Amino acid sequence: MRALLIRDLRLAFRSGGGFGLGLAFFLLVAVLVPLGVGPQGSTLALIAPGILWVGALLACLLSLDRIFALDFEDGSLDLLTTSPIPLEGMVAVKALAHWLVTGLPLTVCAPVLGVLLNLPASGYVWLVLSLGLGTPALSVIGAFGAALTVGVKRGGLLLSLLVLPLYVPTLIFGAEVVKRGALGMEVATPLMLLAGITLGASAMLPFASAAAIRITLR
Amino acid sequence: MDLVVSDLCVARGGLTVLEGVSFRLTSGHALILRGPNGLGKTTLLRTLAGLQPAVSGSISMAAESLAYGAHADGLKGALTVEENLGFWAALHGTATVADAMKHMNLSDLRARRAANLSAGQKRRLGLARLLVTGRPIWVLDEPTVSLDTASVALFGAVLRGHLGQGGMAVIATHIDLGLPEAAVLDLTPFKAQHPLSAATGGFDEAF
Repeated sequence: MRALLIRDLRLAFRSGGGFGLGLAFFLLVAVLVPLGVGPQGSTLALIAPGILWVGALLACLLSLDRIFALDFEDGSLDLLTTSPIPLEGMVAVKALAHWLVTGLPLTVCAPVLGVLLNLPASGYVWLVLSLGLGTPALSVIGAFGAALTVGVKRGGLLLSLLVLPLYVPTLIFGAEVVKRGALGMEVATPLMLLAGITLGASAMLPFASAAAIRITLR
Repeated sequence: MDLVVSDLCVARGGLTVLEGVSFRLTSGHALILRGPNGLGKTTLLRTLAGLQPAVSGSISMAAESLAYGAHADGLKGALTVEENLGFWAALHGTATVADAMKHMNLSDLRARRAANLSAGQKRRLGLARLLVTGRPIWVLDEPTVSLDTASVALFGAVLRGHLGQGGMAVIATHIDLGLPEAAVLDLTPFKAQHPLSAATGGFDEAF
């Protein structure tokens, strides 16, 4: 399984691998929103948690269709399925690789972009914590969507439509953590719900994704 | 352990294509499958590889003993020849990359990215993958496509070496691989007589 993780990371960082795509998109959103909304610090501070979370979520969505589609097209998915690692494990490793190249960089860069949006100082810790807790759920849920649409030619639109509703709870609780944290309020409840979504999705969805891939391959 | 297939019925797109296929393959032997295009050779091989369920009949073999070589080689253009092979070797827990490259005459190309290989070189790399899986049963679908005569001979030698070590191979091919001792199974008599009567899989309506 480590071999698969190393291969996926290596492919992501090689030319045409798509690393940085999500990050660049996130940067664009955070730079363009203040220009569109105007320079009033109070307005920006109010919308910063929501914008940062929406930006991170859409950035994640951008690279989802690559998770399985590339392996499906060149035949690797057939060969991976007949290899010694269980399909469920393969799906989990691929979701982890996706998180390492999109979710993790987004989490690390988010505080810098928070400055652009005038996020109150008390919110930075919660921004990083909520993204760190929430983005793994985005990758796992996204991998499930990618597994469902892997056999569909240009399934990107279908994938977005399938995955967006599933992303809503993560977005609500993630943005809520930052909003409350920035105002100095209690954050334990949304934080625990966010962690619950991530843990639940990571525990269950690899099995659903593997089942979807088996049906596609037959 | 032998590969035993008895009364196997396989389907593609909800229609049965082959029925009543039975054969037994013992250690050190190869079976060549023949038949016209569209008869269901690929479907049969995919069923053997466990990628799709059989409609009826049974396949018995040792667990985790099968390596599948499809039409597509499963290569990553951004990785070098050595990295491509190294990945499959690590995945299967073997360490014979250098040997596999030597056998398929790829040693000079080890640092070349797979995207820059010719079609025949890609195929050789795809076949070298079989060597690093370390699995005894090779199920191969048209392994010689885009190979030149010399490479076909090279692959024939590799195949004979594999059989000599007690391996097995089921190969769908239209050309002569230089294995006169291999049994040949013509699949034409097994063509499904009433393809429309096939039990449609529950998921075919959804996909």
